Formats: sequence, C-alpha cells, structure tokens
Amino acid sequence: MSIIEGRFEPNIIITSVDALFNWSRSRSLWPITFGLACCAIEMMATAASRFDQDRLGIFPRPTPRQADCMIVSGTVTAKMGERVRRLYLQMPEPKWVIAMGSCANSGGPYWQHGYHVVKGVDQIIPVDVYIPGCPPRPEALLDGFLKLREKIEQCTIAKKTG
Amino acid sequence: MTPEEICQKLQSAGIEVTYHDTKPDPFLLCTLQSYKQAALTLRDDPDLAFQSLMSLTGLEWPDYFEVASQLISYQKEHRVTIKVRCGKDDPSVPTLSDVWTIAEWHEREAYDLVGMTFAGHQDLRRILLPEDWEGHPLRKDYSPQERWHDISLTSEPPKTTHE
Repeated sequence: MSIIEGRFEPNIIITSVDALFNWSRSRSLWPITFGLACCAIEMMATAASRFDQDRLGIFPRPTPRQADCMIVSGTVTAKMGERVRRLYLQMPEPKWVIAMGSCANSGGPYWQHGYHVVKGVDQIIPVDVYIPGCPPRPEALLDGFLKLREKIEQCTIAKKTG
Repeated sequence: MTPEEICQKLQSAGIEVTYHDTKPDPFLLCTLQSYKQAALTLRDDPDLAFQSLMSLTGLEWPDYFEVASQLISYQKEHRVTIKVRCGKDDPSVPTLSDVWTIAEWHEREAYDLVGMTFAGHQDLRRILLPEDWEGHPLRKDYSPQERWHDISLTSEPPKTTHE
C-alpha cells in the first residue's frame, strides 16, 4: 500500500484492484478477541449461534497480528487505556476501530465522576464507527459492522485509508 | 449464636469489645489493641468457628477511619460484623491477613482507595489503580487528577487530532 500511495490517479487498474481489495477486506473483517466490560457480553452474544456474526465473515482472532479491526466493548480505564493502545499498535494496517457502547464513545455514566475512566476511547486511538447504547444490542453491533463495511468500500489503495 | 451472644462470649474471654445494636445489622466494635485478639478468638474458639472472612471494607468518617469486616461461620451458621476505628492523624490498624489470608487483598483494596495502612501486612501495594497513581479516590478531600501518563482523564475533547 505504501509504495504506490499517492503516485497514481484513479485509473482502470487501481479501481479494479480497489474493488477486489475492498470486497475481500469488508467481507472478512476479523476483530481481535478482546472485551472490557458488560458490552463484551453483547459482543459474545453477537458471535454466538443466535446472531452468528460469522455469516458476515466476522470471526474473532486471538492475536492482534491477525486482526483487521478492534471492538472496544466497554469502559476504558486509564490503566487499560495503555493496553488498548498497545494492542491497536500491534495490529497490521489497514485497521479499523469500532467503539461499542456509551463508555467507549464518551465515558458514559462515568463522564463526570469517573476519576479513572477515559472519556471516550477516541482520546487514545482513532475510531471509525461509534455504536450508541448501554449496552448496544447485538443487532446494533451488526449494524455497526455493516456501517464499517460501507466505509471500507470507499477505501482506495492509491491513498491512505479513510 | 446472635451477635449479642458472640459479644458476651468475647467479653467473658477478657477481650475489650462493645456491642452496638444498630439496625438492620448490629456490629461489634473492637479497640486497636483488642482487634487482633478478637479476630483470633472468633476464628479459633470452637463455639464461634468463624472460618471465613466475607468482606473487609475501609470507610472514612468525619473524625476517624473505620475498617468493617464481615465474618461467617458455615459450620455454626451464624455471622457477625466487627469494626475497628483509627484516628485520622495516624490511619493505621493491625492487619488481619495472618488470621484470614483473604484479608490480604481486601486490605490492599482499602489501602488503595481509602488510604489507611495495615500494620503487619506483608505486601501493602495498590491493587486496582496503577502503582504511580496520586491520592486515594474514596477520600472525601480527593480531587481527581487530570492526566495519567499521556492519557487525559477530563471530559474535554481531545487536543490532538488523529489521521
């Protein structure tokens, strides 16, 4: 990606490769297995048989090296924030982040008096999709994945992602 | 046994402890000197047989710090709350970690959040917060810190922009 970045205008080759890359990336989103609080329970429910996120090609991976996206599912404390950032930095490009639930979006109920809570994970790592809810239902998480799909389909290899 | 009978049992063994009939749960108040002996008697006396410490909590009151411990005996099927108080100028109470081992972690939590120390504790470090955290958050005069390392903890929007 980085070699050809910014060197070509969109042409027939670039756009064809884009279509292939974006199709494959958006249809096999592998999140890192990683949960922080009660939102993680809903995330697990999304992965389980009733909602079955695997039918969308979303399959949790046990290591950041194999992951495409990260679901920040729960309250990010300062102590955990350092670990979240380290996991994010260990993921290979291209990578995306879903902030799941009020806590990951903005601190949620800990907005005012949470002395140890980061007020939104976007203070630590860049976030692509925000899912509101406390916690969001599995349908909302799946909707977030579909939104992320739409975003990935706008990517081009001739520019940086996003 | 009821808490009142347990208190009488301790008093008859020569331990300085007072009974407080608060609602809904009465408690036994020990002095700093009698605290450890009361705990040992509660654990080892065959009529009391409190094998288990359910919880140990640190509290801050306007004039003193307090440690409340809740004990249960599965063998005798009774339970009791014991408390001990220490002054704010010297917030230190004897440890119970050599009586009930689980008190070790509970006392670390009380130290972490309320800031009292436990004399005789082998490993009195913070248990929840980072080791370089400033202050004890459940103190009434606590003011939250705005940053920890490079992480902002205020409700302000982030100053740096990400790509």
